[in-house]
Amino acid sequence: MTARDEILARIRTANRTANRTGAAGTGQTAAAAGAPDAAAVDAAYQALPRDYLRAHHDPAEHDIVALFADRAADYRAVVERVPAPEVPAAIACALSPRAHPSPSTSPPTSDISRFVVPRGFPSDWLTEVSADIELASDEPPLSAAELDATAGVITGCAVAIAETGTIILDHGPGQGRRALTLVPDFHLVVVRADQVAADLADAFARLDPSRPHTLISGPSATSDIELIRVEGVHGPRTLHILLAG
Amino acid sequence: MRIGLFVTCLTDTLFPETGKAVVAVLERLGHQVEFPADQACCGQMHFNTGYRREAVPMARTFVRAFSGYEAVVTPSASCASMVREYYPALAAEVGDEGLARAVGEVAPRVFELSALVADVLGLTDVGAYFPHRVTYHPTCHGLRMLLIGDAPLRLLRAVRGLDLAALPDAESCCGFGGTFAVKNPDVSAAMCADKVAAIRQSRAEVVCATDNSCLMHIGGALSRSRSGVATLHLAEILASTEASTEAGVR
Amino acid sequence: MNGSMPTYLGMPAFPAAAKAAVADSQLRRNLTHATGTIRAKRAGAVAELDDWERLRQAAKAIKDHTLANLDAYLLRLEENVIKGGGQVHWAQDAAQANAIVAGLVRAAPADRVVKVKSMVTQEIGLNDALESGGIVATETDLAELIVQLGHDLPSHILVPAIHKNRSEIREIFRREMPDAPAGLTDDPAELAAAARRHLRHEFLHASVGISGANFAIADTGSLVVVESEGNGRMCVTLPRTLISVVGVEKVLPSWRDLEVFLALLPRSSTAERMNPYTSIWSGVTPGDGPEQFHLVLVDNGRTASLADQTGRQALRCIRCSACLNVCPVYERAGGHAYGSPYPGPIGAIISPQLRGLSSPVDSSLPFASTLCGACYEVCPVAINIPEALVHLRAKVKHNFSERTVFHLSGQVLESPRRLAAAQRLASLSRRFVGRSGRIRRLPPPLRGWTETRDAPAPPAESFRAWWQRTRESGTRERGTR
Repeated sequence: MTARDEILARIRTANRTANRTGAAGTGQTAAAAGAPDAAAVDAAYQALPRDYLRAHHDPAEHDIVALFADRAADYRAVVERVPAPEVPAAIACALSPRAHPSPSTSPPTSDISRFVVPRGFPSDWLTEVSADIELASDEPPLSAAELDATAGVITGCAVAIAETGTIILDHGPGQGRRALTLVPDFHLVVVRADQVAADLADAFARLDPSRPHTLISGPSATSDIELIRVEGVHGPRTLHILLAG
Repeated sequence: MRIGLFVTCLTDTLFPETGKAVVAVLERLGHQVEFPADQACCGQMHFNTGYRREAVPMARTFVRAFSGYEAVVTPSASCASMVREYYPALAAEVGDEGLARAVGEVAPRVFELSALVADVLGLTDVGAYFPHRVTYHPTCHGLRMLLIGDAPLRLLRAVRGLDLAALPDAESCCGFGGTFAVKNPDVSAAMCADKVAAIRQSRAEVVCATDNSCLMHIGGALSRSRSGVATLHLAEILASTEASTEAGVR
Repeated sequence: MNGSMPTYLGMPAFPAAAKAAVADSQLRRNLTHATGTIRAKRAGAVAELDDWERLRQAAKAIKDHTLANLDAYLLRLEENVIKGGGQVHWAQDAAQANAIVAGLVRAAPADRVVKVKSMVTQEIGLNDALESGGIVATETDLAELIVQLGHDLPSHILVPAIHKNRSEIREIFRREMPDAPAGLTDDPAELAAAARRHLRHEFLHASVGISGANFAIADTGSLVVVESEGNGRMCVTLPRTLISVVGVEKVLPSWRDLEVFLALLPRSSTAERMNPYTSIWSGVTPGDGPEQFHLVLVDNGRTASLADQTGRQALRCIRCSACLNVCPVYERAGGHAYGSPYPGPIGAIISPQLRGLSSPVDSSLPFASTLCGACYEVCPVAINIPEALVHLRAKVKHNFSERTVFHLSGQVLESPRRLAAAQRLASLSRRFVGRSGRIRRLPPPLRGWTETRDAPAPPAESFRAWWQRTRESGTRERGTR
């Protein structure tokens, strides 16, 4: 018997024992000696109680875009809300101090004015970026070291969650592969108002599970030292959110 | 009401004044209290220490002694929890259907004293007088298992002359935990020390609770440290009247 | 990073280990401060959700249903991970799991790996096993790094270095981190920055990453890693090969179950609405992340726990550590006293189930609790830890003298007649002890009591003797003194 067979056999025996003596929990299907009955399992699953709230702030009664902005700002992300036509100017504004830091701030990187823009990011949002800033593509894919040396990355997102102030990337068009939003020290993400979901249930329903996803709630942090929260460990130390619309 | 008194082995043996106080309070409220002499221990100490089989005859003794009462009152939240929350599981475990049936009938009628008075009888003023500064420690069984909530506090607030002091960090366990106090004496003492510190911070003269087990542990530390703070079961405060307080606090 | 790491073998029983911890004032200070802080924060985070109790019950039901059909869900998970381009391996115990992982690392090929914090890899002793096979494993969680550099053992599920304060951490970095900046202070931000610099090079050049997973979704083959620092993202994204070691109880049925568990976990663990980073992936994605993905499913005692109808609820655990933070025993004894990668209340019920009840430490763990129930109150999957503890106490082999005491006392306590007789004896002894109403010293086995407390002296008359005298024998006195 392989380890797999052994483990499955032990599980079946364990559940038969527990079922016989009474309390195997809810949704227990018939204790078969062999392969499980998929339909019965699914039926039991569908019958599980789900009387929790779908959204803790009802979008019909609350401005969930404003809620998102508030909650994201709580994590010390920089959050800016601009009307859609002003997005290009806002992007240009957000990039320029990063490209020309004052001497007292972060140590200069070698590609100080180089920002990565993934394919599919709307080019008409970049029209006002100053000429001395280089917008690099990720094709061919930049090495980890090269990414590390850039000033930052600019992306869109798939969905945002208002209740928790979370941005979800599914690494589709305009968002880039996962390393792009991980290695550079600065991440500028544009969230459209229609991408904001009220809460987790709605957000997850909009996603395609076959894709990889990254949920981002603020810049990276740790509480490992005396439980004091310290920002900026391994992910981008600055997260700048542009909320459009 | 005809109420059966389950006095508990601990109170019966070491703190009889508590039992007398329960009788006094309930009789003052006009009820008939009976003490079936064929009662013994609820079995909690054995059950909680892993001697479940030994607890079975104790459960049988209990249901035999207390079947037929409209209500059973006990001055111990932990004993009430044992009967209400664990007797059904114990009966099922040993496959004793007769016991299971008896438990099904008796257990729901077993009440800790403050729950009986405040929630079942719906009373807060029991005619008590106790002119002292008192703080109340909510024992874990009462707080988290029986969910007696603020019943004891409602009763205490109605006691004439009583100055009720809030206890800092009240919901922290005192560290008794039955045999824990003996098997893990260092952690138990450390927890007790913090409970004592909180009691002293409240500047109370007396700390009360619904369980003599916890009070014995806390009181033992209060007296060892010559703190001058006394312990008293809630029942004895509720039983206290103008006449009886001349005798002083324990 | 090399050199001997302490192990959990031969750990002393809890009372002995706790005794030392209780007397360690720095540890006590660190623990009180840390757990007190996070307790308060958690309460606030939970209070924000009106339906917390409903979420909790839904989570409990989902987990119980999954465990009851665990074979079906593991098979589904395997199928979908493979469909996504990953490979699945099964390990019955630690030895098998370690051998599989080591083999995969060598085949990568690689002789160093970067690791995200994973409790199950601690449980199986993976780092030690890899090291003896010539593979260097670098922990990348700040706290795990601190523990690793300090040649120490973790003491908490979520914040493994909670037993260290900032100056102790600074000392460890100065001693063991070759690239620690000169003049490194104990400011947490500076310490975190030192860790970032130290690890960045490893991350950017690692070819193999090892992770665990918080959840494994059966119907999509997705793995979920919940973290704060970004080291998890580094490990699951940058290397060419990713190996995820996951306990079989981590599986959830479907994608939508994340709406329940991602609502409960961050608020229960770090008291945030959402943790900074959560990574979700299934199999491999061409052009994005690892080219090879291996899922190693681990039993290592979980199926034994599953067979125990009361004990199996421990398998619902989502490793949030809320129970540790409210436990008054943990707060005073610290995590090391539990002699296991899983400390605190959940550790007291999981460790003996996974490892068995025969070692001194495992047989003492079910007793390392006052049964106060604070843990049950905060558990997001409603594990009735006190119930499980009492259940395990009945499975422990008691020593002969204790058994005798309990057997004899049981005979007395079950019989009203014998109890009354014992009470009369106790009242008689009043003549010799405790005339002040207090006993200052008790003989063994109760000696431990009077080491720190007085004991009450027996009264002149028990309650039942009083009742008999005043109520049953004709004279009726009032119920007062």
